[in-house]
Amino acid sequence: MQSANKLPLATLAKHATVFLLVLLWTLPTLGLLISSVRDKDSLTTSGWWTALAPAERNEVFRTPTAEAQTQSGDVFIIEDRLFDEGARTLDSWGQRPTDLTANQAGDVVTLDDGTLMTLTESGQFRWESDEPFTHSRGQRVFYISQVPPTFTLNNYEEVLSSEGVGRAFINTLTVTLPATFIPILIAAFAAYALAWMNFPGRLWILAGIVGLLVVPLQISLIPVLRMYTGLSGIFGWEAKSYGGVWLAHTGFGLPLAVYLLRNYMAGLPKEVMESARMDGASHFEVFRTIVLPLSIPALASFAIFQFLWVWNDLLVALVFLGQGEGKTVMTAQLVELLGSRGDNWEILTSGAFITMLVPLVVFVSMQRYFVRGLLAGSVK
Amino acid sequence: MISQIITASFVIALAIGLSALFFVGSNFILDRFLSSESLTSDMDRQRRDKLREGIRPWIFVGPAVLVLVVYLVYPVFASLIYSLQDRNANGFVGLANYAWAFGNDGFQIAIRNNILWLIIVPTMSTAFGLVIAYMTDRLWWGQIARTLVFLPMAISFVGASVIWKFIYDYKGSGEEIGLLNAVVMALGGEPQAWISLEPWNNILLMVILIWIQTGFAMVILGAAIRGVPEDTLEAAIMEGANNFQIFFKIVIPQIFGTIVVVWTTITILVLKIFDIVFAMTNGQWETQVLANFMYDQLFRSGDIGRGSAVAIVIMLAVTPVMIYNIRRARMENQ
Repeated sequence: MQSANKLPLATLAKHATVFLLVLLWTLPTLGLLISSVRDKDSLTTSGWWTALAPAERNEVFRTPTAEAQTQSGDVFIIEDRLFDEGARTLDSWGQRPTDLTANQAGDVVTLDDGTLMTLTESGQFRWESDEPFTHSRGQRVFYISQVPPTFTLNNYEEVLSSEGVGRAFINTLTVTLPATFIPILIAAFAAYALAWMNFPGRLWILAGIVGLLVVPLQISLIPVLRMYTGLSGIFGWEAKSYGGVWLAHTGFGLPLAVYLLRNYMAGLPKEVMESARMDGASHFEVFRTIVLPLSIPALASFAIFQFLWVWNDLLVALVFLGQGEGKTVMTAQLVELLGSRGDNWEILTSGAFITMLVPLVVFVSMQRYFVRGLLAGSVK
Repeated sequence: MISQIITASFVIALAIGLSALFFVGSNFILDRFLSSESLTSDMDRQRRDKLREGIRPWIFVGPAVLVLVVYLVYPVFASLIYSLQDRNANGFVGLANYAWAFGNDGFQIAIRNNILWLIIVPTMSTAFGLVIAYMTDRLWWGQIARTLVFLPMAISFVGASVIWKFIYDYKGSGEEIGLLNAVVMALGGEPQAWISLEPWNNILLMVILIWIQTGFAMVILGAAIRGVPEDTLEAAIMEGANNFQIFFKIVIPQIFGTIVVVWTTITILVLKIFDIVFAMTNGQWETQVLANFMYDQLFRSGDIGRGSAVAIVIMLAVTPVMIYNIRRARMENQ
């Protein structure tokens, strides 16, 4: 709009700058995604940015023995294939490993003994002689070929089954769903009370919740863990259980949930609620039939927050669930793999992408609510 | 696998069902047993109504307050006490844990690094976010650009660590597959083992968080920029101001409050930063930060006193923001 009367050069520079920044922000993820579908060998020998270029490979081929020959008229022929049709293309070949570029694909080459040898681009091998072949050991041929880029889902298969990420996925889901739902439910009730009910201490609770918004969860790790251990000693529960993680996440997510929902509910039209109350509806009925349906956008905003936060959390899961007994969540599993399989990028890239998949889908499909929640949560 | 899915679904349904049952059930009980309909005298009715509606708010806020007290309020005080006790939280040791911490190399490095993180990450994220928000504001493909910059917000710190560790990868022989080393080599430089290259490795870890948080800053500041009154911009254009002048003299002053909020929010996040360091270096090569140092004390050395002391240090660092927030909230609600 402003740029209409500006120099085209300035506009161009703006487009270029934004493009460059977007590229900078996108390339890292793109590199991971591309790497995760490359095969193991090419992944460790070449950068992912070369994934679309064919790779050059030096290989050796041993010709069939004399037994394979056929006779056609006066000519004896041995035929074979170097590689499957389309698997690669032959560039050049030679009879010694130091002489890979001696002959081009398609050349009909006369060898020292007068026989004729042809290797075509598509990998056809043909050897002709006027005399019958007698060799009992195949001759070696060295060649350079171009391997077209191949993409595979093998890495995903491996990481899901043998590296335990499949199991960890279920564990993460088991942690995340209740840890998202429970705080929403508790917070929605509390938010309604703080917005629309009158009771002593209301303002104190409200101020307390605002204060708790920034309390670092590190402070809770030791006391809560000791509390869990103590309770498990008394009641014989497991100290590290899904229940414990759900409640911990509930506690850590609750201040933001109450804060967001309370602000939203306080902004709902007063008249609607008052008239319903006049008609004899109890607070519970008003909450259930009026406030809750009207608050769905705010509930969705917080749900996405909490879902992403719990799904992506490492610390709470490490401390309250641990890394054993089949309860390892995906982030913990990924850290584990970073330590034990640090150079196996085919495993790490595909593993990381699996952990990112669900959040990315949720995020992209519900971006609107997420942005709304961000705005409500910080600009206040 | 199948049985695990079934168990998981059952457990999930149970947890959700029980918590829903609490609210429905308690409200039902309240309405049923403290109903005023059976009472005849008006006075009794009113008294019963008052009692019932006096209890109800606590059914609504009770669970929230209880959970908050158990998981956030009590731990603050418990940690404070533990931090004055020995490694098993038995004997009182005074300020010995704090004295130990401030004399400890790891802690000093962690403090130094946390300060570096606090200076660099919020500033860079906010600056990048501001620039991108402003530049994409009136671009026809701005929405796509913003979504792409915003996307890393959905990625876990651990996932982002894998992404960037791959970029910083160093083999030392053969073709380098890490993007950073490839770029360095293309420019004629020597490949480096970036992760262990002090002190630059700290910056490289910060890059990860900047990469994630820029999207956050961009979204918030973008909304603020859209809220800048059109007539002030038009007046500036009429006066012949160029884009830079509009940005620095018109836009920034008007959204300065939002910039501070964004900066503060990222600052609080940075104070607690754990996952990235834990996954990338685990504090080696002088990249230690407070949260990871605390984790070390707690789960590797098993020292409750020292771990709690470090937690309290983190807590103290956020306290000014906390007090400021509470004050503002109380003023708004008065």
